[in-house]
Amino acid sequence: MTGCLVAVAVLLGSAVAALIAGRHRRAPAAIAAVGAVIAAGCALPGAIASLAGAPPAELAVAWAPPIDQLRLGIDPLSSFFIIPLVVLGAICGIYGAFYLDDQRSRRWLAAPACCYNVLVAAMLLVLLARDAIGLLVAWEVMTLASYFLVVFDHAQPEVRQAGWVYLIASHLGLACILSSLLLLGGTGLGFGAILSHPPGGATAVVAAVLGLIGFGVKAGIVPVHVWLPEAHAAAPSHVSALMSGVMIKLGIYGILRTITLVGPALPWGPVLLGLGVVGALVGIALALYQRDIKRALAYSSIENIGIILIGLGVGLWGARTGHPTIAVLGLCGGLFHLWNHAVMKGLMFLGAGSVVHGTGTRDLEQLGGLAKRMPRTSTLMILGSVAIAALPPLGGFAGEWLIYLGLAHGGIEAAPGSGLVLLLVVAAMAMVGVLAMLCFVRIIGIGLLGQPRSDAAARAHESGGGLVGPIAVLAAATIAMPFLLPLLVGALEPVIGQVTGASLDTGVASDALAPLAILGVVLWVGIGLGSVAIRRLVRRRKQAETWGCGYGAPTARMQYSGASFAEGIHRMLPRVMRARIVARPSADLFPSPGRLSADRQDPFTRAAYEPLLDRGARRFGQLRWVQQGLLHFYILYVVLAVVVVVAVVSLRDYWVLP
Amino acid sequence: MTIADIAQVIAKLVVILVVPPCLLGVIARTKARVAGRVGAPVLQPYHDLLKLFAKGSVVSRTTTWMFLAGPAVALVGALVAAALVPVGGGRALWAFDGDFIALAYVLGLSRFFTMAAALDTGSSFEGMGAAREATFACLAEPAFVLGLLAVARATGALSLSSFLGPSLAHLWPVAGASLVLVAAGLLLVLLAENSRIPVDDPSTHLELTMIHEVMVLDHGGPLLGVSLYGAAIKLFVFAALLVRIVVPIDHPAWLVWATFLAGLVAVAIAIGVIESTMARLRMPYVPALLLSACLFCALAIVLLVG
Repeated sequence: MTGCLVAVAVLLGSAVAALIAGRHRRAPAAIAAVGAVIAAGCALPGAIASLAGAPPAELAVAWAPPIDQLRLGIDPLSSFFIIPLVVLGAICGIYGAFYLDDQRSRRWLAAPACCYNVLVAAMLLVLLARDAIGLLVAWEVMTLASYFLVVFDHAQPEVRQAGWVYLIASHLGLACILSSLLLLGGTGLGFGAILSHPPGGATAVVAAVLGLIGFGVKAGIVPVHVWLPEAHAAAPSHVSALMSGVMIKLGIYGILRTITLVGPALPWGPVLLGLGVVGALVGIALALYQRDIKRALAYSSIENIGIILIGLGVGLWGARTGHPTIAVLGLCGGLFHLWNHAVMKGLMFLGAGSVVHGTGTRDLEQLGGLAKRMPRTSTLMILGSVAIAALPPLGGFAGEWLIYLGLAHGGIEAAPGSGLVLLLVVAAMAMVGVLAMLCFVRIIGIGLLGQPRSDAAARAHESGGGLVGPIAVLAAATIAMPFLLPLLVGALEPVIGQVTGASLDTGVASDALAPLAILGVVLWVGIGLGSVAIRRLVRRRKQAETWGCGYGAPTARMQYSGASFAEGIHRMLPRVMRARIVARPSADLFPSPGRLSADRQDPFTRAAYEPLLDRGARRFGQLRWVQQGLLHFYILYVVLAVVVVVAVVSLRDYWVLP
Repeated sequence: MTIADIAQVIAKLVVILVVPPCLLGVIARTKARVAGRVGAPVLQPYHDLLKLFAKGSVVSRTTTWMFLAGPAVALVGALVAAALVPVGGGRALWAFDGDFIALAYVLGLSRFFTMAAALDTGSSFEGMGAAREATFACLAEPAFVLGLLAVARATGALSLSSFLGPSLAHLWPVAGASLVLVAAGLLLVLLAENSRIPVDDPSTHLELTMIHEVMVLDHGGPLLGVSLYGAAIKLFVFAALLVRIVVPIDHPAWLVWATFLAGLVAVAIAIGVIESTMARLRMPYVPALLLSACLFCALAIVLLVG
């Protein structure tokens, strides 16, 4: 607890120090990075101790009325999120110091350095807050700090647009969270007070739904995910990594916290399972055909949030229906996948950042041939792709494996109806798995392998150690994960206890992970031997051009492109999910320029939000006459509003209350 | 561990390593016979492999380490998958709860590296093959998992070695309809995953129409040999699963082995006959075929659950 508070102080202090260091050459970035690392060192011991079984701690600070006290605390649930937050925060902080370095001559770098540390501090406070007010304030600071980071490249109009969408979506979410917490905190805004006087009936249901929507916006649950791909693509890469690795997970934290507060107001298991399946399928389907490498990664985050929700959903369902094995497997799987995704997606976004740094473009069709020009970045990204496609022997498979086992157990042991549903969810997960593989083979195959597709890619240069080092650390973590997780299962026991309200033995999960560790060893040994053997086999080799079916002058433009790679699967998607492609071929007798445009905007934005908001804007436009621009009118409005509120409240007391 | 157990393990290892190319030989021979030719000997694939391993190789200048890793990882993945299959009845070399999912994912690892190695060459043909492989896998994989889940649900076990073991024999009289559907679904998956007609034509010489063969177009000599051997083992894995579902005889040991090996040959002959009597489907129709495999397996589950 003390450690975490010190960490917050260090982060805020270094943020201020970065601002004061101001225009000094490298000082702001360095101060911020060092601050993030020290904060990680301070916060980790307490969080680890809490997961290892230390009792939850709480601290109350007297505050001005109407909030009599601000409460901060640490318990297993928050510790579980603090660990990835501070670790990834430190790694991305170091990366960020080097990543923005080439902008030094053009931009004032103290601001992003300051915002970055404020963002990490705010996220830490979100996790430490033990009352509604503290949570909401920290949540808003987190949103604003990340907004300023997202719009770092604000000279580009699409970045400003992304920031705008992000800001609006976040505040609509905040409104839902605010309403939810106010509904819950009828008797007191502290979590303790809510727990001791749990609301019942319709209030709890409404609060649960609002909490789910509000936190779901941050988590990127379909259909309230639309801000996520825009903001992640626009932000500097180390910020995208932190946002995708940790910030969207705080949405999951909020949902879990809501579950602990409202209890079984909603059938959480089926709800989360349903949202998870939809999110995973939609997320990966949209990731498949993105041209922007960071947008593809962002959509893949939506998919992975879906998979985490599937795990949590099946786990909560198992806990409710008295299947402890399924509960443990599902919850452990969902929670471990959350950690793994933080590592893998951090790795991929930082790798994408290195690619952007080396080539200056995020467009998949302009990349290619980087495996030769940026060998270290490419190798690490290929490793990350294997991990995030959830293939053994890397980290991504471990969490999904537990979820699969939970679903399969459920499918086999449950009653016919729910059993059938769970088995179909397994099939859906298998499909998501293959689609994820397609998506990431496309990213590395088109983006990194083959021949350079543009001059920018041909002139690419490898990034320095400051960028590659943090990526390598994350790669090492994803390699180690399958072997570490069986040992860490016990740490999830208190978290699961807190979420389900029952003490469950996690032995099943560590038993289930044991064969995975062996599989990891077998595969690594096999791949090691195989690569030695294959090198011996091809000792006698000649170099030549790639076979072009006899065509003598192949060019890089004749390679399969990202669009053509995804074309087959793109055609199989429902029409509304596809990119909108308008082709106007040359129609004259003599060749004239043809036109082709592809609009890869999010289908939910295009088909639902934009028309809805446009119509809303037109309707509200009819209220323009209210705004007269004269102070008298506004004073009149204020007076009228006060009179109406007072009248309603007093009359309600007069009539409704006898 | 008794001597008999050790003998079983060795026998299984030998079968996994030695039998797969034979299946290719049987398929080729069957096709030749149906076409009225004598055909190459059944052991011809071994000669081909030996010839390939003795050759030098030509490697494209565009490629990186991924080009070499592709066939190697594909082979390793296929071998690990084969170790999870209850070859010749009884226990597999390695069995644990949920191993059928691990099997699908280990084969997925093979697929990932095969596709990445194909894209590494920068050739449009190989990119085309990789894209098709991925597209069709999206439907084949759910069918495969659903099919095995149906058997798992019916027997209440989660490991291939247990649910393709003794309990399956009692299941045929009770849930025969479901098992027939599963077998049909898995046969379709087998054809698709191993690039056989009607999904892919491995013997064509037109790169535009192929899937697996076009992905390894630039791999020559030993690299091609490793790819072909890995593909043969993958075929063996699917064929072995199919045989175990259709012929769940569990004792005595000699009869199990005899039926198992005979079953493998029967599957190979069936593939040969299918390849001889059907034309390759047009690419747009392949998803429909795989979707019907999914539906077969889903229907099997519905029948079992209901």
